[in-house]
Amino acid sequence: MNRFPSPRPPLPAPAPAAGRKAEWLLTLPSLAWLLAFLLAPTLLVFAFAFRRATPYGDIGDGWTLDTIIHLASPNYPAVVWRTIYLSAAATCLCLALAVPVGYCLARLAPRWRQLAILAVTAPFWINFLIRVFAWKSILAIGRPLHSLLARLGAIEPNQPLLYTGWAVLLVMIYTHLPFAILPIYAAAEKFDFNLLEAARDLGSSAAGAFRRVFLPGISRGLLTAGIMVAVPCLGSYVIPDLVGGTRSEMLGNKIAQYVYLERNLPRASALSAILTLTVVALLLGFLRWSDNRLRQRLDAAPARADREGGRP
Amino acid sequence: MKRSWLPPLSLIFCLAFLYLPLAEIFVGSVNNSRFGGPWRGFTWDHYRRVFGDREILSCLENTLAIAVAATAISMTLGTLAAFALHRHRGRLQFLHHALIYTPLVVPEILMGMSLLLFFASLGAELGFWTILAGHITFCLSYVAMTVLSRLQDFDFTLVDAARDLGAGNWQAIRKILLPLLMPGILAGGLLAFTLSLDDFVVTFFISGPASKTLPIYIFSSIKHGSPTKLNALSALLLIVTFLAVVLGRRLGGRRSAGESRPG
Repeated sequence: MNRFPSPRPPLPAPAPAAGRKAEWLLTLPSLAWLLAFLLAPTLLVFAFAFRRATPYGDIGDGWTLDTIIHLASPNYPAVVWRTIYLSAAATCLCLALAVPVGYCLARLAPRWRQLAILAVTAPFWINFLIRVFAWKSILAIGRPLHSLLARLGAIEPNQPLLYTGWAVLLVMIYTHLPFAILPIYAAAEKFDFNLLEAARDLGSSAAGAFRRVFLPGISRGLLTAGIMVAVPCLGSYVIPDLVGGTRSEMLGNKIAQYVYLERNLPRASALSAILTLTVVALLLGFLRWSDNRLRQRLDAAPARADREGGRP
Repeated sequence: MKRSWLPPLSLIFCLAFLYLPLAEIFVGSVNNSRFGGPWRGFTWDHYRRVFGDREILSCLENTLAIAVAATAISMTLGTLAAFALHRHRGRLQFLHHALIYTPLVVPEILMGMSLLLFFASLGAELGFWTILAGHITFCLSYVAMTVLSRLQDFDFTLVDAARDLGAGNWQAIRKILLPLLMPGILAGGLLAFTLSLDDFVVTFFISGPASKTLPIYIFSSIKHGSPTKLNALSALLLIVTFLAVVLGRRLGGRRSAGESRPG
């Protein structure tokens, strides 16, 4: 669903004097809709984690802590941990790929740049399931990629690539790569590349200038990219379900299992609550970091204005 | 300064990586083999099987009906929401903004799961209406954000000018503001439409047996269907999507070229 939204808080706009009534009339339709179909359902997730499941797959009466206690059984921490490390690995690898690509896009001539950005984003308008399906057939035994890896000795001839954690990781990187490329490109485009030359003139190596000047310069883009990749990865369900196996299950799979196979909605709710809290913690951390950055910028602004005042 | 060869190489590698699966789909869709795999000669048979499949047709109908309805309703709700967020400040709008922003950042599975619980506790029968309600919920956010960003660049002196020339409040909105804002509203609607067409995860949780959408069909045939027929269906969807992206770019490109003209 997340298709490169441009997060932008509303700027203080010239608000003409309009009464409270007009505000309510404009706000009520969408607010009422979201309270009913977004906030109420989310609260239900937390509430149902404390309810009993009936043998018929419904929500029972009364309140209980059983579901929460059940979560401590060794099964779950392993799934939670796997969800976190697969998402973290996918995020890091996406960033590692996206940084040189973003750099390259920002340095291309404008005409080529437009084309290259279109080329990078176009595959992602294609249905997500179809892209995962394509990987399923690429990774199958007997296909060129599998034979190549087998000949190189990276895998045994009859060892499958599919239904492993590696397949999940690969497809997660594939499906989220543009979410990493776009914010990094946006930051790199604003970066002043003269700074890199200045660093070189002052004796820095190419790698040193890249690491100590370019990367800090695009730090905001890096962090946005990280969030844009990590959050949907944490909630992955389709990818581990289609290309993963029983030993690469993630939280999303467990939730779906409890809904469809075991009909235990309270357990599904409890796991969803854990996932919600993880995502919220990540987002709050991000907001806090960007707030701090903004404050630092504002504090530094007068000094910079003095410095830059002399320039024509 | 000597340019490093690493960034261009990484771009080329990335593009190859991104397009490899698409090539796989096209090759698979014309490969004369029942189960995919190695090349066995050229055929159009898989495409014929797609066009002859009643189930695909009925899923497509469902998908389009939901997408059209979700787009129309979310465009209305989203545009109103964008106006509210743009014109007003305060605690109410803070809550409003937070609620609108949430679907953009929350993983889809959480939205699907929470809506499932909601409908289950209401005793609602899962089907067309529950899917529609779910789709409106996330489409609304994308429309509101798109329109809001256009409102922030909007030249409100035009509305003032209309008022000075004697237009009433409603007249200024209907004759000046809405027509000028229409490209933004339509862009939001287009985004909502494609999101609704494509959605799988939310739909999966809140659909019933009688309301299969195309993504649901695709998912179940990835699991237990014919991979070759799916290749042909995917190739068709791929072509349609590419045409839509190029067309959208054309429309969008012309508009933004006009906007960025100096002066």
